[in-house]
Amino acid sequence: MIMLEKRPQPSRGWTFATPVVAVVLTMFFGGLLFAALGQDPLVTIRTIFLDPLFSEFAWFYRPQLLIKGAPLVLIAIGLSFGFRAGIWNIGAEGQYIVGAICGAAVGLAFYPMESFIIFPLMVIAGASGGLLWAMIPGLLRVRFGTNEILVSLMLVYVAEQLLASMALGALRNPDGMGFPGSRNLSQYESAANLEIIAGSGMHWGVLTAFLAVIVAYVALSRHIFGFNVRLSGQSPRAARFAGVNPGLLVLICMAISGALAGLAGLFEVAGPAGQISIDFNVGYGFTAIIVAFLGRLHPVGILLAGGLMALTYIGGEIAQSNLGLPIAAIQILQGMLLFFLLAVDVLTNYRITWARKIA
Amino acid sequence: MDLSSINPVLLLASLMVAATPILLAAIGELVVERAGVLNLGVEGMMITGAVCGFVVAVATTSPWLGFLGAAIGGALLSLIFGFLTQFLLSNQVATGLALTLFGLGLSALMGQGYIGIKAPEFPDWYIPLLGDIPVIGPVIFQHDPMVYVGLAIVGGVWAFLKYSRAGLILRAVGENHEAAHALGYHVVRVRMLAIMFGGACAGLGGAYLSLVRVPQWTEGMTAGAGWIALAIVVFASWRPGRLLLGAYLFGGVTVLQLNLQAAGAAIGVEYLSMAPYLATIAVLVIMRAGRAPGSLGQSFHASR
Repeated sequence: MIMLEKRPQPSRGWTFATPVVAVVLTMFFGGLLFAALGQDPLVTIRTIFLDPLFSEFAWFYRPQLLIKGAPLVLIAIGLSFGFRAGIWNIGAEGQYIVGAICGAAVGLAFYPMESFIIFPLMVIAGASGGLLWAMIPGLLRVRFGTNEILVSLMLVYVAEQLLASMALGALRNPDGMGFPGSRNLSQYESAANLEIIAGSGMHWGVLTAFLAVIVAYVALSRHIFGFNVRLSGQSPRAARFAGVNPGLLVLICMAISGALAGLAGLFEVAGPAGQISIDFNVGYGFTAIIVAFLGRLHPVGILLAGGLMALTYIGGEIAQSNLGLPIAAIQILQGMLLFFLLAVDVLTNYRITWARKIA
Repeated sequence: MDLSSINPVLLLASLMVAATPILLAAIGELVVERAGVLNLGVEGMMITGAVCGFVVAVATTSPWLGFLGAAIGGALLSLIFGFLTQFLLSNQVATGLALTLFGLGLSALMGQGYIGIKAPEFPDWYIPLLGDIPVIGPVIFQHDPMVYVGLAIVGGVWAFLKYSRAGLILRAVGENHEAAHALGYHVVRVRMLAIMFGGACAGLGGAYLSLVRVPQWTEGMTAGAGWIALAIVVFASWRPGRLLLGAYLFGGVTVLQLNLQAAGAAIGVEYLSMAPYLATIAVLVIMRAGRAPGSLGQSFHASR
């Protein structure tokens, strides 16, 4: 009979191997799914995972990898602090939206003035917007013991309604002939999140994402704060004896994830998306949860996982236009990836043994 | 704004209908959590139930078979969660989230050819005598059968947990799985059954949206109803009686908000649409939750 035996220490080898195994399993079962949808599985898998990088049009898709990956990495880095400490902010989508609204509002307030100070102000507004939105579940948990999972998630739906109201009302383009949606920020030079190197996809958000990876790495592995975060996740009681203030830790983790999600929203609205519109958010806040887990809550891992997720987004779009694959199939693929990761993870903490049944 | 256009009798009558999907999903999750498992995938199971129910009902033109299909669909999806958390001991919070993301994708794929189709008619029950009572009749006794099925499930769960031996075992497993295991109960088996019951109920709740309340299939139509159901379980302190109160309170806010929209309130439609979510947060803050089941959210691994 197959039995699981708890390892005294999580296996280091499997910690690194599980994401790879999960990806391979996802490709296999994804192939079965595509075959069931009447597609050639090998062609579809190649289209999704390889064509964005190596096809003849790859010059067009490679910059997209940075553009789609940056918000995912930025949000996932923020989430990883909280997830390590057992603080579940799953409303990053809402913080992303509010960050974008606040940042865009500041930019639009200055229109049509041109000044170098506008974009930095927008960045600050975006980060603060996301931070404050994340403070709601944070403060409610610390003050009233309210479940932060549910509150942060409820606030996603509130933020979506707020976004609709802004796109139709306060932030609507006065020259837009009544159509919903704000002025295009990417065409307003002082507020635009421009590419640092033209044609590379490398905009300020991408740079910030790379910076966030480095800072998070240092903070988690070299700083007392990272130690406290990890300690609180593994043993809350020990953390209290070590002098960690649990309430403060909740607030700091929520603040980090909220601010980074807000930044991601701001860079998106001022760059690739260009404007506040009703369908501005595309679920980066939720996909980032998968990215955070797939990257093992480790900054470098998150960077790689963010790249892979961005790949599935771009590959999914190619497969949709070239093969007619429904975009929902990609969503299933992403969900499957998280399932397989969680399933294979058992090998990190447990050893499979063959045991004879004891009387 | 024309407040007189809001008919209080109709408002109260539609309250029960608005509360039913949440009530169904929440009573399932209540059983799951009483068994010590936190399944955050309610939203995913609900939307899968919504699409399964709709597809079956359209194919067979029978809403009843639709509801059956929805329950089976929800239960099958919940098996993934059960297998991962009970046998592979994965983190329940993360697995529940994965179930929701997966369910949203799966339902979108399954429902592709069904957008814009109308669901088969599901007529209200006309209960003679009781339905004729003024005010109370239309409010309580003139609904479709699923409203009463939902109430019956809540009553059944209450009696099951309070009076039956199996209910006692389920509670024991949820309070202290080590002790229940030591007494010789099959912790994993009990939990798997509870998880499947939760999945079936969530499926029914979802199908109620797509077959009765809307009645159409649109992508992402549950719009957070599964999460609100989770919140109501906390609000109810894991007790079926208070669950009923919570679901009707929520139904009331939803209906009032819709009525205010229709009456042309001075507040924007978007802000009124926020009301159910804000009300849920307010309720979570104001109500001190009772004590959660002792083993809630913990993995069980029987060491030799």
